[in-house]
Amino acid sequence: MKRTLAILLANPLSLLGVVLVALVVLSAIFADVIAPFPEHRGAVVDFANFNKPPQWPYIMGTDLVGRDIFSRILYAYRISLVLGVVVLAIAVPIGVAIGLVAGYVGGWTEYALMRITDIFLSIPPLVLAMSIMGVLEPTLTNGMLAVTAMWWPWYARLVYNITRAEREEGYVLAAEVIGASPTHVMFREILPNCVPAIVTKMTLDLGFVILIASSLSFLGLGVQPPTPDLGSMVADGAKYLPDSWWLTVFPGLAILVAVFGFNLIGDALRDILGADQ
Amino acid sequence: MSPIVRILAKRLGTSLLVLAGVSMLIFAIARIIPGDPARIALGPNATAEQVANLRAALHLDESIPVQYGYFLKDLSQGDLGVSLYTNRPVTQDIAQFLPATLELVLVAGLLMVVAGLPLGILSARFRGGVTDNIIRMISLLGVSAPSFVWAVILMLIFAFYLPLFPIAGRISDVYAIAPVTGFLLVDTLIAGNFAAFADASWHIMLPAVALALSGIGQAARLTRANMIETYDRPYIEMARSYGFSERRIANRYAFKPSLIPSLTIIGLDFAAMLGNAFLVEAIFAWPGLSRYGVAVILRKDLNAIVGTVLVISATFLIANIIVDLLIAFINPRIRLSRRAS
Repeated sequence: MKRTLAILLANPLSLLGVVLVALVVLSAIFADVIAPFPEHRGAVVDFANFNKPPQWPYIMGTDLVGRDIFSRILYAYRISLVLGVVVLAIAVPIGVAIGLVAGYVGGWTEYALMRITDIFLSIPPLVLAMSIMGVLEPTLTNGMLAVTAMWWPWYARLVYNITRAEREEGYVLAAEVIGASPTHVMFREILPNCVPAIVTKMTLDLGFVILIASSLSFLGLGVQPPTPDLGSMVADGAKYLPDSWWLTVFPGLAILVAVFGFNLIGDALRDILGADQ
Repeated sequence: MSPIVRILAKRLGTSLLVLAGVSMLIFAIARIIPGDPARIALGPNATAEQVANLRAALHLDESIPVQYGYFLKDLSQGDLGVSLYTNRPVTQDIAQFLPATLELVLVAGLLMVVAGLPLGILSARFRGGVTDNIIRMISLLGVSAPSFVWAVILMLIFAFYLPLFPIAGRISDVYAIAPVTGFLLVDTLIAGNFAAFADASWHIMLPAVALALSGIGQAARLTRANMIETYDRPYIEMARSYGFSERRIANRYAFKPSLIPSLTIIGLDFAAMLGNAFLVEAIFAWPGLSRYGVAVILRKDLNAIVGTVLVISATFLIANIIVDLLIAFINPRIRLSRRAS
């Protein structure tokens, strides 16, 4: 763990990733302190200052009802990060359990579980999330549900592939010979060997969950106003391009910065842990 | 039977199974909708009797498995039902909007191959060097923003500040092209109108690049990673001891084995593009399936939702079969094998 951290900080690219992610996380946590206009996270209207280009004190300009874009981006980060963590906290255990069982038990269980996984994987990710959001009311919780539904199959596939390879290893056989239960073999013997790959994928995915969630709200199927969200900020501003460019460019760059940061770290982790799939 | 035909048969079989699963899944999702689709379609002024009639016509009062049975029966006759949003057969709607989306996705897919693979090769050949670092940064940036953000950035730079490309649409209004295939790049050629072809190509460039950027990054990254592994193999050492140029070693020997995993990823990215096309189309006012798809989802138009998702998934499965066949064709272990693995 210490070694991993040292390597992360030694490489300039992954150091950049750590800095970007730290910036994003800190600005989300301390949004109340940093934001020049914390009240602008909600349904505030200030027509005296609407649609202002970047200028002091609005360093990223104001939106069409006069809210500070910088403040809204900070609060949008908070929601995006919570969403990303919750989605992974639900999707990863489900996917991992399915992958482990399918890979270890084999037979009909394996066939059924993996075909179900394939079905989820053969609907283009965004389309699946969109159809679920279409059925449910567009709220934050349902958005998380929709993204979770499209996310677990990737972990099922990943863990399934590793489990199939590990199943034949000597240590698994040894555990079976001394009478370990299937549950013990799966969760205590095989699972620890999947952890590096899972952690690496989770780091990369935290960025991608933010990306997909912003895509959903860009289409109007995610977080609803007045809650600040990067995707819907881009969508709302896109109609006023190119004149009011700050409405779209800053939220767009905010997504880029966050996802780029997670990707830099994820990439470095993959090299360090050698968990290339 | 040649191994390739066998693979084709096997893949077609599983694809049909998966498609049946997709249809059940999406059908189930679409039927647990809160709210009465018949009431939504007819509006608040309809009488209870009208709503009841429409419910009966749509089989909404039956159980979900029975409804699914009706759906399959209609589907076997090429009928996906009537869209409550446009009041036209869903198949007709999809036939109108799908070609524009497919054209965009195909061009983006092409860009992904012709830009992503060479970038990956260059990156691996000069690994650790400046070229490598620049390409790695670009590919990572490419995958780090949703395609709608790239669409906005490309549009601002290359259509507004440097007016090199058109801002929106598929083709300039001055050209009237008879729709034959629905693919403008093909239809303009059929019409023999090369000016219109050039114009349509010009219009598709920015949206296609915006859509392709993340795929380009993905393909370049994967090609690089696989090639670097290949570089450690003895046969590369041997090629080097023969005195072959680094370029030849990279393009011919180190690249070949990495082509197979790269193609697999390209197939998966194609699926992502079918979804992401929705985002790019919204920015560039591209008259594809996007606006229709979002509109029917927001209006809970069951038939149209099921139809759209089904058609997109089928397209994705077909693309994957093509990729699998390509891989089988490229890989001599499969192409020349007597038994299918």
